[in-house]
Amino acid sequence: MARKPRPPQPLIIRITHWINIPVLVVMAMSGLQILRSYPYFGPQGAKYDWVPLQAWESPEWVRAGGWLAGGRHLHFAFAWVLVINACVYLGYLLYTREWKRRWFWPPRDVKQAIPQALYYGKRLTPPLVAAIAVEYVLAQVMDSGPMLLIAFFVVFGVANWGFSKLLERRGKTIVEPAKQGLYNGLQRIAYTSAAVLGALEILSGLAIWKPVQLHRLAWLMGGYDGARVIHFLALLGLAGFVIMHVVMVVVHLRQFPEMVTGGALEVAIAEPVPAAPVVAKPTEAEPKETPKADKKETQ
Amino acid sequence: MSKPMSRRDMFKLAGGLGVIGGGTIAMKYAVDSSDPRAGNLGRMERATLGLEKILLSDREHQPGDITPPMAFPMYHVAPRVPIIPDGWKLRVSGMVANPLTLSLDDLMKMPSTEYRIEHHCVEGWSAIATWTGVRLSELAKRAGAKDTDYVEFRSFDVPKGWTRGYWSSWDRDSAMHPQTLIAWAMNGRPLSPEYGAPVKVYGAVKLGYKNVKYLTEINFLDQETGGYWENSGYEWFGGV
Repeated sequence: MARKPRPPQPLIIRITHWINIPVLVVMAMSGLQILRSYPYFGPQGAKYDWVPLQAWESPEWVRAGGWLAGGRHLHFAFAWVLVINACVYLGYLLYTREWKRRWFWPPRDVKQAIPQALYYGKRLTPPLVAAIAVEYVLAQVMDSGPMLLIAFFVVFGVANWGFSKLLERRGKTIVEPAKQGLYNGLQRIAYTSAAVLGALEILSGLAIWKPVQLHRLAWLMGGYDGARVIHFLALLGLAGFVIMHVVMVVVHLRQFPEMVTGGALEVAIAEPVPAAPVVAKPTEAEPKETPKADKKETQ
Repeated sequence: MSKPMSRRDMFKLAGGLGVIGGGTIAMKYAVDSSDPRAGNLGRMERATLGLEKILLSDREHQPGDITPPMAFPMYHVAPRVPIIPDGWKLRVSGMVANPLTLSLDDLMKMPSTEYRIEHHCVEGWSAIATWTGVRLSELAKRAGAKDTDYVEFRSFDVPKGWTRGYWSSWDRDSAMHPQTLIAWAMNGRPLSPEYGAPVKVYGAVKLGYKNVKYLTEINFLDQETGGYWENSGYEWFGGV
């Protein structure tokens, strides 16, 4: 089935993506405000000691709402924006079958993900280690949490640029495996995990909100206290995703405008195109260009 | 993909970033979390209320194991544990055909109900206990309560410098839920002063702060009268 050419990032995906950023920030910050009033997990008298970060005194800059009632109102108000946004995104993905080129599909992606992980290991470890080292030093002299957070990505960006120049000067190339269609295998794993974590946040959140009325959902989440654990662990997972996502944005800065403009139209994903000759740059050499559409998507 | 940005793309990029930045700033002014029941956050609370009322069902709930006696948190707003006043009686009044004045004995002689219920505190913790008492719906029937939208609970748990005690008001459907009790026993023993003696309202469908301890009055009203925490900014419905 032939389909119209589609940009890498269609409008609905861009809109839902950018709405997610302020909404997720507010949800995370107001959630941490709520957590602060009882930073433990498990029922009274039978706490779950295995859950990490209990009794955490979160710094003020990661919280929003000022107090418990303020945090709760923010959280419940923005939760609906998140739910609507998630439904629009999911509905669009399923309706247009965008999920086929975005989500993790083991038969297609596993084989690519392994060399991709090895590539990132070689290519990103030196600048990441450098950025973490500089961050450690900065943390000794700087107090401001948000500044340290921004500094990390800036320092990483500089270290990454320096490393690429170093490789260039020495005439070395680290070969990046060709991606498959829109994304590489690791990207698909990352984006799919983020969507799954988001869905878990919404489901466990509903269970915490109405543990009695939505008792079946609460049961699925391991009861009210189980749902609280899932809600918090999913937040840690999402935080990890966001950090890696921003690191990757810094690495591939030139692709960033795509999420704003949509990017150049791609030929319909269902129609295989002949491999175009690609001029390899010294730092981002792509030795073999595979056809844009792979077999999985042709079906 | 790695081609340089066109001027058009740069405008789009700047525009996009502007919208995000502007939206973030606008959002900051649109919400005031210091007074969350007013303004836009209050509007969102009221918008959600409709859904919360739809979700509310009559189903009865039986959770797991009872929380060890001392692990169930104790809570009151008065500086010291409130002690039962001499000649304590529970009044059931407001828009009722025959107001009731009941002693603890009167309440204990009425048909009693016992439930194991999971308690959900607004702070996030949960605890489980068995509660014994009279269904509020039974008291409403005996008092000939009118079909009012609200039920108010008042107490003798008086904060320092206040003349009246802790209170809360509920929607009628939650108050008439089969598991909403005027409870006089916890885990099979008469309520101790720490847990709200002589009687407290105990429901499966409300957060802890809605379950008023040290009861003095139950009023059937056609107006919502807020509550101790509700008036300071916590959600009025507080349903779970």
